[in-house]
Amino acid sequence: MGPFIETLIGGLMSGMLYSLIALGFVLIFKASGVFNFAQGAMVLFAALAMARFAEWIPKFTGLDGKVVINVLAFVGALLVMVVVAWLVERLALSKLVNQEGVTLLMATLGIAYLLEGAGQMIFGNDIYKIDIGLPKDPMFLFEQTFEGGILVSKEDLYAALIAAALVAGLSLFFQKTATGRALRAVADDHQAAQSIGIPLSRIWVIVWSVAGFVALVAGMIWGSKLGVQFSLSLVALKALPVVILGGLTSVPGAIVGGLLIGVGEKLSEAYLGSLIGGGIEYWFGYVLVLLVLLVRPQGLFGEKIIDRV
Amino acid sequence: MLYRENGQFKTTYAADSQILPIRQDRIGMALLLAVAFVVVPLLSSEYLLRAIFIPFLILSLAALGLNVLVGYCGQISLGSGAFMAVGAYVAYNCQARIEGLPLIVSLLAGGLGATVLGVAFGLPSLRIKGLYLAVATLAAQFFVDWACLRLKWVTNDSSSGSVSVADLRVFGLSVDAPAARYLLCLSFVVVFALVAKNLVRGHIGRSWMAMRDMDVAAAVIGIRPVQAKLSAFAVSSFIIGVAGALWGFVHLGSWEPAAFGINRSFDLLFMVIIGGLGSISGAFFGAAFIVVLPILLDKLPYWTGLPMDTATASHLALMIFGALIVFFLIKEPHGLARLWATAKEKLRLWPFPH
Repeated sequence: MGPFIETLIGGLMSGMLYSLIALGFVLIFKASGVFNFAQGAMVLFAALAMARFAEWIPKFTGLDGKVVINVLAFVGALLVMVVVAWLVERLALSKLVNQEGVTLLMATLGIAYLLEGAGQMIFGNDIYKIDIGLPKDPMFLFEQTFEGGILVSKEDLYAALIAAALVAGLSLFFQKTATGRALRAVADDHQAAQSIGIPLSRIWVIVWSVAGFVALVAGMIWGSKLGVQFSLSLVALKALPVVILGGLTSVPGAIVGGLLIGVGEKLSEAYLGSLIGGGIEYWFGYVLVLLVLLVRPQGLFGEKIIDRV
Repeated sequence: MLYRENGQFKTTYAADSQILPIRQDRIGMALLLAVAFVVVPLLSSEYLLRAIFIPFLILSLAALGLNVLVGYCGQISLGSGAFMAVGAYVAYNCQARIEGLPLIVSLLAGGLGATVLGVAFGLPSLRIKGLYLAVATLAAQFFVDWACLRLKWVTNDSSSGSVSVADLRVFGLSVDAPAARYLLCLSFVVVFALVAKNLVRGHIGRSWMAMRDMDVAAAVIGIRPVQAKLSAFAVSSFIIGVAGALWGFVHLGSWEPAAFGINRSFDLLFMVIIGGLGSISGAFFGAAFIVVLPILLDKLPYWTGLPMDTATASHLALMIFGALIVFFLIKEPHGLARLWATAKEKLRLWPFPH
């Protein structure tokens, strides 16, 4: 029983991290109908910005104190992401209004290339560290109940807590603030929103900025786990099935989908992996999604807007 | 002035339904083929053949296959790298396990292997479309990547995970020289381009296009969605599979699963979009663009004389690449093939446009 629960908890933690990235996809899709393939590149870009700012700030200003530096670096990176969002809206999206979904998807692929190139050119292409003081040592729970206790990585636990807080914060932002309401209105119907005086282009900048913020948090957490390097942008590919599983338009769906896939991956790797050579994690999410799509084409929580074939 | 169809009357049905209805086009195509078959292999250096012409031909073939699916049938696919991989590995296994099997047969068997996979992963398209389908095809990509990496049987138990082929022969002739390899690829490309062109002109192609434009209406006028979609998946993945087998056998010689990773799929999709969705010539334009552009960008620091290390150059290339994609999507969503068609229209009236 002990190992099972241990795997389960590990899966939940990594699932939370997947949801974090999936959230970025969902936000942008909900508000602009764009399937943002550049989310991974944004994670990389944001993480690179933060890692380098954290390095540069003490060098040029002589500040020290880890918290101050990290906060400043975070704010700096956030500003960079807002600028990126503004540029994306100005230079690409506003010119592609009324194009088909596939064209927009391709455009975000182009943006992804741009961001990957620009990020590595400006901020360098080594492996950088983000140190936000997450504890690295594992801890043991329930040592009385199970023999040897249950091993939980504290780092993962904190990361999952941050992710959960972020999700709660975003839900509040969407439900309670005027901007959040405007965002939901745009998501519902572009034209109706415009006709009651909601400025579309500003809303899109806001959405992309919020997605940039989510990318920054995701990049920060993944970066402190794995180091900031090019492979961060590939993490987004792991989050894709999460988005589809949960339904493209559902924030809770992204969370539940992430947890399901995280748990499924870890459990199948632990219990089936040895039977067929390991590495199931690599495709588990995708194959699961494929099967779910055959039964429920809109995903678990998605709106039924898919036109059935 | 020269490019004009005045005085070319069609007196038979055969003349009316030929692929290139204008005589100047036919002459141009004959010249192009003559240059491709005779002049290029005679005059180009080994580097030019290896680094540009052979990849260009193989990737155009793959883009052609993808265009059948994306451009003509409207089913977006992000798993074309996987179909290339299956083509390459099936062909490899045929060569490695069956003694004395002719190379051409192996390559075509690779195509058949990809067809089977294509139809299997095409099944979800009967239920879902658009972005959801794109993610479903990504499943093919990841699954095949994994299978090629982890299943020892696929790589014929090679210890390093990479496989290689040597001593290629077609009809008893060795195809080791770059010129011979080039000609082999060119023959495949010409044959498949002709087949594809005729397929999309015929009733199968029309049923694909009907599905693409509006599936409900197509079903109402008696086109079977299952047949139309699955045949598009089958034809497309067959061509992509053969292209993958050629890529492994003729271009790379020895390869690892990474050669057919997800970036390959994205590249192919770019080719199709930049070249032009739903046009045969678009595949060639797109492939030329994607093959030549990185090489030109690599040379950029050398030409401009700016000091630039390779990392910066490659990042710059990535940026220019991304910017160009966005630029093309904004300015000409129908791709280079549309530009070409517009130019030809203008030329027909030149120099008196009214």
